[in-house]
Amino acid sequence: MLSYSLKRLAIAVPTLLILIVVSFVLMHAAPGGPFTSERELPPEVLANLNAKYGLDQPLWRQIVTYVWGILTEFDFGPSFVYKDRTVNEIIAQGFPVTLTYGILSFLVAVAVGVTLGVVAAIRQNSLLDYLAVGVSIGAQVLPNFVMAPILVLVFTLWLGWLPGGGWQGGQWQYVILPVIALSTSFMASIARITRSSMLETLNLNHIRTARAKGLPERRVILHHALKPAMLPVISYLGPAFVGMITGSVVVDVYFSTGGIGKAFVDSALNRDYAVMMGVTILMGALTILFNLVVDILYGWIDPKIRY
Amino acid sequence: MLKHSLAASALALAAASPVLADNPVPEDVTLAEDQSYTFWLLDAIKSMDPQINTDVEGSDVLRNLFEGLYNEDAEGNIVPGVAVDHTVSDDQKTYTFTLREDAQWSNGDPVTAEDFVFAWRRLADPATASEYAWYMELMQVENAPEIIAGEMPPEELGVTAVDERTLEVRITTPLPYFLQMLVHASTFPTHAATIEEHGDQWTRPENMVGNGAYVLDEHILGERVEMSKSDTYWDAENVVMETLTALTINDVNQGLTRYLAGELDRVDIPAGQFPRLKEEYPEQATSSPYSCSYIYMMNVGEKGPEALKDVNVRKALSYAIDRDIVVERILQGGQEPSYNWTHWATAGFEAPEIDYATWTQEERLERAKELMAEAGYGPDNPLDLTLQYNTSEDHKKIAIAASQMLKAIGVNITLDNYEWKVHTDRMQNQDFDLARYAWCGDYNEASTYLDLFTSYSGHNNGEFFNEEYDAVMRESKTAEDPLPLYQEAESILAAEMPIIPIYHYANVDMLNPQIGGIPTENVMQTWYGKDLYRAAE
Repeated sequence: MLSYSLKRLAIAVPTLLILIVVSFVLMHAAPGGPFTSERELPPEVLANLNAKYGLDQPLWRQIVTYVWGILTEFDFGPSFVYKDRTVNEIIAQGFPVTLTYGILSFLVAVAVGVTLGVVAAIRQNSLLDYLAVGVSIGAQVLPNFVMAPILVLVFTLWLGWLPGGGWQGGQWQYVILPVIALSTSFMASIARITRSSMLETLNLNHIRTARAKGLPERRVILHHALKPAMLPVISYLGPAFVGMITGSVVVDVYFSTGGIGKAFVDSALNRDYAVMMGVTILMGALTILFNLVVDILYGWIDPKIRY
Repeated sequence: MLKHSLAASALALAAASPVLADNPVPEDVTLAEDQSYTFWLLDAIKSMDPQINTDVEGSDVLRNLFEGLYNEDAEGNIVPGVAVDHTVSDDQKTYTFTLREDAQWSNGDPVTAEDFVFAWRRLADPATASEYAWYMELMQVENAPEIIAGEMPPEELGVTAVDERTLEVRITTPLPYFLQMLVHASTFPTHAATIEEHGDQWTRPENMVGNGAYVLDEHILGERVEMSKSDTYWDAENVVMETLTALTINDVNQGLTRYLAGELDRVDIPAGQFPRLKEEYPEQATSSPYSCSYIYMMNVGEKGPEALKDVNVRKALSYAIDRDIVVERILQGGQEPSYNWTHWATAGFEAPEIDYATWTQEERLERAKELMAEAGYGPDNPLDLTLQYNTSEDHKKIAIAASQMLKAIGVNITLDNYEWKVHTDRMQNQDFDLARYAWCGDYNEASTYLDLFTSYSGHNNGEFFNEEYDAVMRESKTAEDPLPLYQEAESILAAEMPIIPIYHYANVDMLNPQIGGIPTENVMQTWYGKDLYRAAE
């Protein structure tokens, strides 16, 4: 297991390098640059700016300098657009925000989603099942960009219970709406996957055996059915978790959280090469890491899988 | 020595009364306990450094943290800031400013002429790499172009501290609107010792030293900016508003919702919602002219389509657009249909008589069809053009309407939507037929618009090169009264029609009626927190 993990981590390094090079080249291939603006800059001003940010160097040298800065000093460079901030600072400010509402959303989505799914499966075709399926389909078809304004309309404008946005250092009132908005569609997917996987598991031989030897239903479900039924859910949770903690542009835009999701999209539109690379590398590294975690969890859950 | 004509007379008036500004609160108003003002920003502030900032929204914040030589009052007139007075040499090329004695930085240091010299050199210095370095060129400050190009050291810039309280500025050509340009945030002084000590980090709340009526308490990128009243500001006793908060909300509709929930005191109204809000909240929904002009630029240059080189075709395209539909059906926020380039409410500007502005739309359409026929286009020989616009619901609606209007004269329009950077890049490379364009005035004078279509402007993406136009604009720089020349320039634009004017902007706002002191008659929409107050409910 250990050597397998180490091997996977070793592959992660070239994977990240390829990611860096490909993103770097693609990014520079897009028309326009960080200093393209409505008021076209005089050539000498543009030259000064390009010199300051190293954009006058050939592309390969820019990549080498960039990677070198990361390796030696963990320095992702200055933002080209938010000129008094470095990429490290932008990530350091935005990522904790995203991490907070992302982890909370993940917990909510898993807790509610799995419960709904299991309940629906063991009471298949009952009123409870229809209700659970109804709720999850409802949550699925309401994308968060529809959900977010509705939440604000109801809880801020009509009821006046919660603020319509802002973060204020993560005070609880400011966290609730983003968490609901972000978690619902994930919750719905988790509920659906859990339900169908559970239904399948409940028809397996070992469950019939467990029932036949007279185990209480509770024990059958929790000890014998839940674990194998979780396999497809877990393979979904890995990327979902990364998706949640690296933020959602919709949540950031509607709730003005100052999170990293909005910064990522802005960096692409602004051609803020440095921020875009920084967030890409962060997301890439997290994706690789959590895919590994998922694979390890697989081995733990399913004894048939050996590494 | 000669006192400057237009702006100086307003200045002389203001200076005749005691130099101290008055308390902004009218006598019959009872103030609220809580003197706080929360306003809306669409995007995160890109920089809090006056010499680095490029955004209008950034300037709104910076005007409260720093103060330049002159400010604007509620009508857009120039009033004293750090400078109390100035004289102009006979050749109109040397300005000597007298700075007030009680101006202080937030750390207690006096604000001196040296601070302005430092800031202006810093703006032009290639090492600063400011995107607004060209503003020094626009101001015609001596040696600015050479310094920006790195051919001269920044010390050669035409700005000198004669003594602590006297600042001398030398410009290369007389500029009738030079003083208006000093209101711009790029010209604000900065504190040399702070910048040397903290480098790029100097704009952090804990490091920043400013000379404005407010100090920066907090700046969380993309979330909020908090400012509170500065005790060291020279006019602090007349500053009523205690705190200013800017909230970044990236969605206009969401901004409106949060305004309605009472979280903001002022917010923009999304297009098309003004009539409904005006009816529902007559005291809060406001619309006032805003110095920006919306056009479709035509590519008349070499890379442009052959058809657009024909003035008749260009005129026909312009005549066919029904501006009334755009402003009354699509925007619905008090914008004005436009038949010329310069915003109608620009100070000292009056549009010349433009023939097609006075026609009815039927007459325009009739004439457009005739012109198309003369140019050899018609139902059996339609003209195909593309209309490019950047991503935005409003631009899209207007473009769709325009393409329908142009269909009526036998022009088939293909709509090309690009995100902002690509749109801009294509325009600057002349890869377009018709393109949506808008320009907002840098200062409140017509040349900020009209200079754009000179052959030497650098923003003339449609490559409309016209010697007569250039000559008129050159002459206007030294004219006693530039208005007739500006009118002539507008007439040339109407005769040659390199652009299709569509509408002149309005600032369409929801404003909390408790907030007083927001200027509504200043077409630049320049506002200062120090002029605001919150009345009791």
